[in-house]
Amino acid sequence: MRLLNTTRVALRALRRNKMRSVLTALGIIIGVCSVIAMVSIGNGARAQIEQQVANLGQNVITVFAGSFGAGGVRGGWGSSARITVDDALAIQREVPGAVAVSPVIFDHSQVIGDGQNWYTSIIGAGPDYAEIRNWPIAEGSFFGESDVRSIAKVAVVGKTIVDELFPNEDPLGKVIRIRNLPFKIIGVLAPKGFNLFGQDQDDLVIVPYTSHMKRISKRTFINSIMIEAVSEKAIPLVQQNITDLMTQLHNGRSTDFTVRNQVELAQTATATSQIMTMLLGAIASVSLVVGGIGIMNIMLVSVTERTREIGIRLAVGAHGRDVLMQFLTEAVILSSLGGLLGVLLGMICSQLVSKYLGWPVLVSTSSVVISFGVSAVVGVFFGFYPARKAAQLDPIDALRYE
Amino acid sequence: MTPPVVKIDNLHKIYDSGEVPVHAVRGVSLEIHKGEFVALMGASGSGKSTLMNMLGCLDRPTKGSYLLDGIDVAKLDRNALADIRNQKLGFVFQGFNLLSRTTALENAELPMLYGRRRSAKEMRDRALRCLEIVGLANRADHFPNQLSGGQQQRVAIARALVNEPQILLADEPTGNLDSKTSIEVMGVFQALNEQGITIVMVTHELDIARYCRRDLILRDGVIVRDEPVHDRLIASAEMDKIRLAEAAAKLTSA
Ligand SMILES: Nc1ncnc2c1ncn2[C@@H]1O[C@H](COP(=O)(O)OP(=O)(O)OP(=O)(O)O)[C@@H](O)[C@H]1O
Ligand SMILES: [Mg+2]
Repeated sequence: MRLLNTTRVALRALRRNKMRSVLTALGIIIGVCSVIAMVSIGNGARAQIEQQVANLGQNVITVFAGSFGAGGVRGGWGSSARITVDDALAIQREVPGAVAVSPVIFDHSQVIGDGQNWYTSIIGAGPDYAEIRNWPIAEGSFFGESDVRSIAKVAVVGKTIVDELFPNEDPLGKVIRIRNLPFKIIGVLAPKGFNLFGQDQDDLVIVPYTSHMKRISKRTFINSIMIEAVSEKAIPLVQQNITDLMTQLHNGRSTDFTVRNQVELAQTATATSQIMTMLLGAIASVSLVVGGIGIMNIMLVSVTERTREIGIRLAVGAHGRDVLMQFLTEAVILSSLGGLLGVLLGMICSQLVSKYLGWPVLVSTSSVVISFGVSAVVGVFFGFYPARKAAQLDPIDALRYE
Repeated sequence: MTPPVVKIDNLHKIYDSGEVPVHAVRGVSLEIHKGEFVALMGASGSGKSTLMNMLGCLDRPTKGSYLLDGIDVAKLDRNALADIRNQKLGFVFQGFNLLSRTTALENAELPMLYGRRRSAKEMRDRALRCLEIVGLANRADHFPNQLSGGQQQRVAIARALVNEPQILLADEPTGNLDSKTSIEVMGVFQALNEQGITIVMVTHELDIARYCRRDLILRDGVIVRDEPVHDRLIASAEMDKIRLAEAAAKLTSA
């Protein structure tokens, strides 16, 4: 039988049992829909993480205290191993490709201003910090070298600090108290908004690292050093030079520090979300298989129900292959129509998720193509056994079947 | 003389699906030549359908040989048998065996789906012509459940004719028809036979058998009589008689 005839016969049979066809396809629809939605959510998360890593600035190399492998942070940043401001200054002095260097030190503290108070991150950094992180100043200016040298009590704050402590006021020149010391606000950073983990990136106060170490945290060690390389091409060389220098400064104790460039950071960050995407996709694939089993079940019922029809077709000259193709076509039409609807529904679901839950989603072409293809293959795979059963019937036995 | 289209020799069929094996056909030998019109008669259970199924290449004999057009059917595989059923044979089943929820036209088209390539229009035209032959062209788009038993029977005949078979095998084609429609169907068969189609049909009714040319009687799976039909009836003439009688009845009742 020609493919056209087969398709027509199969479509007619499916139309005759509309409700059943729809319910059978539903398994595939749900399967494909969940694959698309899950993978879109996973991909969206990854894309956002990638973007945030890019947000760190351009051509950035970071030296962390302590060592961490691909598996993540070991022992916490700066927990036992030590890096110092001297390391940062040495890098600035001796690595030619390092155009900007800033020590970075973290702490948390209560901040008081105008009778309000707010618990926030206090970051100590060098004058180049904003430039390295590619972070524009909205108002005022960042502190300079002289502020660092004079251990000045000046601060640059994020948008959230302004909103919490000085709503409807000009924050420039206002004083905030950190651990009872007054710091004058000299600049406000441009807002960056929330990151993927729901953290408010604008909820921070930046002070000169000297002020941080001498006045606030009273620490002699820093958490990390951020370096901007002169160009993207220079990154590997600069990274190597920094590593060599640091190793030398730390008398060969390479476990004291870890040097990572942006790409490597992105890889570490996206590895997790990639695993998540795969996991979600795998779970969703299970429902696709369940949908396939549903098709097989219904096709088996259908073959039994239509034994006489099969007998008649064989009696008037159908080959086993014709009957096989007829039932296989039915299964494939069911599953690929289900796949098509599933793709549409999955895209709609993804859009709804991004609209109402605010999660980033990214519908990838590959997930659409693959899940549609898989659903068609599922039809062939699970339709084959019932179809072959039909094709192998003996015409006279099938005709006598009650 | 040309070789016979059907030549069976010592044909047996034993059903051993049940508890006791049933020996339904016990050694039938038979030659049927091109252009013959054979009536197969016999009591219920005498093995007529069993023999017909074997002649129609639907069932395989337990023993004995069957040469169809000189071809040893026992040597053919499933697909070759299917092609023979499709191209050479037309089979009218005892119980119609139409596809339900499928129109008369589509039922009649069915064998063409599995034959040589034909356009949709050609298939439609041929099926319609065959429905016309059996007088059902005006019911082409009716479903079997919208047709009377006799009409369903005639759709089954149209389906058997659609691929222009050399041999028409009909298992009680008039079993569900009133006498007038039966004569109509016999008229169709006689016309086909005139065109050279070989026909074998099962019937219970003696006066239907009189439209054929040769009469076979089966009893308990063996042929007990094989003779030409003597006082053969011609369907068109019988139809004229009936029409005259009907006209007369109308006159007297008026
Ligand atoms: N599939 C089968 N399995 C077992 N026995 C069968 C089968 N088909 C037919 N028989 C038996 O074979 C014998 C002949 O049956 P067959 O159908 O050929 O009779 P028939 O002459 O066509 O009768 P009828 O005039 O009632 O149609 C019967 O005794 C029947 O019970
Ligand atoms: Mg019978």
